[in-house]
Amino acid sequence: MPVNIGMARLSDHFLLVTVVIYSLAMLAYAGELAYGRRRAKATATQREPALAVAAVGSARSRPDGPGRALRDGPGRAGPGGTVREGQAAEIARPAGPWIRAALALTAAGLATHGLGIVTRGLAAHRVPWGNMYEFVTAITCGAVMVFLALALRYRAYFLGLFVMIPVVLGLGLCATVLYTAAGPLMPALHSYWIAIHVTAAAVSSGIFIVAATATVMYLFADRHARQVVAGAGGGGIMRRLPKPEVLDRLAYRTVVFGFPIWTFAIIAGAIWADQAWGRYWGWDPKETWAFITWVAYAGFLHARATAGWRGRKAAYIQLAAFGCLMFNLVGVNIWVAGLHSYAGVS
Amino acid sequence: MTDTRMTGVAEPTGSGGVAAVGGMPGDAPPESPDQAAAQVAKPFGILGWLRWCWRQLTAMRTALVLLFLLALASVPGSVLPQNGTDPASVQQYISQHPFLGPLLNRLSLFDVFAAPWFAAIYLLLFASLAGCVLPRAFRLAVSARAKPPAAPRHPARLPFGVSYQTALRPAEVMAAATTLLARKKFRLRLGDTTGDGSGDVAGGAAGDVAGGAAGDVAGGAAGDVAGEAPGSAWLAAEKGYLREAGNLLFHIALLALLAAVGLGALFGYKADILLTEGNGFANTVASYDQYHPGRAVAPGDLQPFTLWLDTFRASYVQSGPLRGDPSSFSAFVRYQAEPGGPIQRYNLRVNQPLNVDGAKVYLIGHGYAPVFRVVDGRGHVALQQAVPFLPASTTDFTSEGVIKVPDARPRQLGFVGVFLPTAVSVGGRLESAFPAPLRPAVSLVSYAGNLGLDSGAPQSVYQLDTAAMRRLPIAPRPLLAGQSMKLPNGSGSVTFTGYRQWTSLQVTYDPGRFPALVSAVVAIAGLLLSFLIRRRRLFVRVRPGGEGLTEVEVGGLARSDVAGGFEEEFAALSAALRAAHDAREGEAGESTAPNEPAPALPSATEDEDRT
Repeated sequence: MPVNIGMARLSDHFLLVTVVIYSLAMLAYAGELAYGRRRAKATATQREPALAVAAVGSARSRPDGPGRALRDGPGRAGPGGTVREGQAAEIARPAGPWIRAALALTAAGLATHGLGIVTRGLAAHRVPWGNMYEFVTAITCGAVMVFLALALRYRAYFLGLFVMIPVVLGLGLCATVLYTAAGPLMPALHSYWIAIHVTAAAVSSGIFIVAATATVMYLFADRHARQVVAGAGGGGIMRRLPKPEVLDRLAYRTVVFGFPIWTFAIIAGAIWADQAWGRYWGWDPKETWAFITWVAYAGFLHARATAGWRGRKAAYIQLAAFGCLMFNLVGVNIWVAGLHSYAGVS
Repeated sequence: MTDTRMTGVAEPTGSGGVAAVGGMPGDAPPESPDQAAAQVAKPFGILGWLRWCWRQLTAMRTALVLLFLLALASVPGSVLPQNGTDPASVQQYISQHPFLGPLLNRLSLFDVFAAPWFAAIYLLLFASLAGCVLPRAFRLAVSARAKPPAAPRHPARLPFGVSYQTALRPAEVMAAATTLLARKKFRLRLGDTTGDGSGDVAGGAAGDVAGGAAGDVAGGAAGDVAGEAPGSAWLAAEKGYLREAGNLLFHIALLALLAAVGLGALFGYKADILLTEGNGFANTVASYDQYHPGRAVAPGDLQPFTLWLDTFRASYVQSGPLRGDPSSFSAFVRYQAEPGGPIQRYNLRVNQPLNVDGAKVYLIGHGYAPVFRVVDGRGHVALQQAVPFLPASTTDFTSEGVIKVPDARPRQLGFVGVFLPTAVSVGGRLESAFPAPLRPAVSLVSYAGNLGLDSGAPQSVYQLDTAAMRRLPIAPRPLLAGQSMKLPNGSGSVTFTGYRQWTSLQVTYDPGRFPALVSAVVAIAGLLLSFLIRRRRLFVRVRPGGEGLTEVEVGGLARSDVAGGFEEEFAALSAALRAAHDAREGEAGESTAPNEPAPALPSATEDEDRT
């Protein structure tokens, strides 16, 4: 079936509109950081006293306070220690006008983004992730979806700016460097496994983007927190970030969410490879780097559970794992010849 | 992978039963003081050393380092060409780097994934894994029926806690709590600190659950009795044991996956053949261009099928920016599963291999084989056959090949040729404009002399050894199908009569394929279990308070809360407990219903019990 040119053009326009809307959303998130409501000053230095549940029908007050904070704080469990309701409330403060505008823009951008992907599929009569352009469009869409879900569920608005930066960059690259006209799939991709394997890879990559974002923020927030402890001031925009342990936990959760999907993507890829190439694993460069990425994320998950590796070390491991993921997406597609030569980038 | 490597995993595991697992975070059992002392006393005994080594190996830290080493060791495999996937590039690399090439080759860097040092890393890793996981699985099995630990003195001080007063008697509070938690499928343990009334605490609802509770009361809570008022009681509840099971399942599935890979390497084989339209082959070692058997495969083990290629068809995008890109390949084959069996047809496509008795036939490549008729100087037909040419370009399928005519007399003939599927003249030069055979043409450079086939040295069919040959003085000119070219000096003539297409087929047999799939599915299932289920404990402690009221303390603890949400669950459970108590109270309580906490980024716990 020939490519539907009108539909393909519509898809291109949708994605351009998406980039514009996301950029505006990014500005709104930045506006929140710069001009939004300040975090309650008290929470920066002391913990909220008690759990919400304990505070309600209890006649007894709980022996909480500095002593407790020491016991549960970094001393015991490192940045992965306990979070009290007080901190949770601190990041869960109600959305201000900046955030409401940013979220509305993000949702609108996600809608046009989705439409752009759907129309691309309709134009080419196939699953719209057959080359690198389409794949990057898909993973950025996944990242925005994951962010929006976190924002709505956990009110993690603070991630907005930092998720939007890579998303806008990725889509910008799509529109310029990576752009490939809509067309049929190469025969190697004629399989329903493309819908399974590539979707899983795109979704998990999107999740890992959000996790890496949270981790970068964690590293900044953690440095800020240590500067505060050391009495070295450390003010400015850093004060508006959530507590490092909150970010650390968010990053960890997000990886935990993405890891099984990544594992599934690799296994689905192996099944497909068995159908297409006669072996389920052949150490093709793409496979090798998928494996390295998997091992690195597994290492991160284990490091989080190992004394002496928590906190910043684990965060660096996660960023290294994310680097492997990105190298697999960009580096292997462009610089390394292998069987996964679908990028369509010349 | 070989069988020796496989036993390499199993061996230390077997001896590992004696050694305790050290360094694992979470619930590794503490060694008894005697054992520890014994070890300190004679640290240099051979057994002590072995034990120390084993403990180091199975430590989480070691496993982590090995994991990262494995990742690091894989990197050269993706950067350097590998013999397993692209042996021609390896040869080219070695010849281009006369110093570095042989050095890298010596270090197995062109066979990274079959290198001894790579095997050493993953075998150590899997030994470490086995040493950690198997004892834990054993412990899990043993403790499958174990009771939760006794309640702490003040459960409300746990990461999640609540306390309140009720007009109910302690026994009634306990009965209500037991009923509720038993209904929620918690594993329960009951205790009271006075001894009287322990029998009826459980009530009817938890009779079976708390079967062994009476015995535990004396032991588990004994240290707790002092200082507790008469009538005090406690309840410990635990749930989520499947988490550890899932975690172990995942790691055991990884071990099984390695075994499956080993199985395939031992009993599987892989073979390649180039097959031209109209030809067939039998699945025997002699038929193949390349044959890679597993260590335990004998030539007689090959499935006795025969396969013929009738036609091959490729279609390409005709217009637009992707013009010339392939859009589909299909090979129409006939096959016979065993001699004398029925002949069946199959349309072999890229993602649709043919399965014959477990051996799978894949379509992995294609090309053109121009057909030539060579008449020698005596007027005899010295050659009439299709000669496979190799594609030099996959975009326009310009192909190159060599024709060797050893039967030509008086001198042997040889030709180096280029095949153009769609020949067009671009500024006087002939090029291929499209990969499909729309206007096929060949261009030949002719040689006469000695092909050197009798020298005994192996020769590639795609290369002409012109050392003992002389180039004939004739300008290469393109031949269209049916055209011929007369060779000078009475050497004969060559006719390009047409073309056929060839396919390169791969035949693989891998008995480890299905076990590997099962292992992978189990691994995912285990991973999900261990990530989605949290192991959590709930404690209730009641004490008689003043004014005839009973003080109730409820505390909760999630031992691992990766998935999150224990906060909500605890709030709901403690609210349900209160509601049950309020209902039993039968009178208007002064209490208010607890608020649902805002969903936030919760979790009061660390994931501490991962292997």
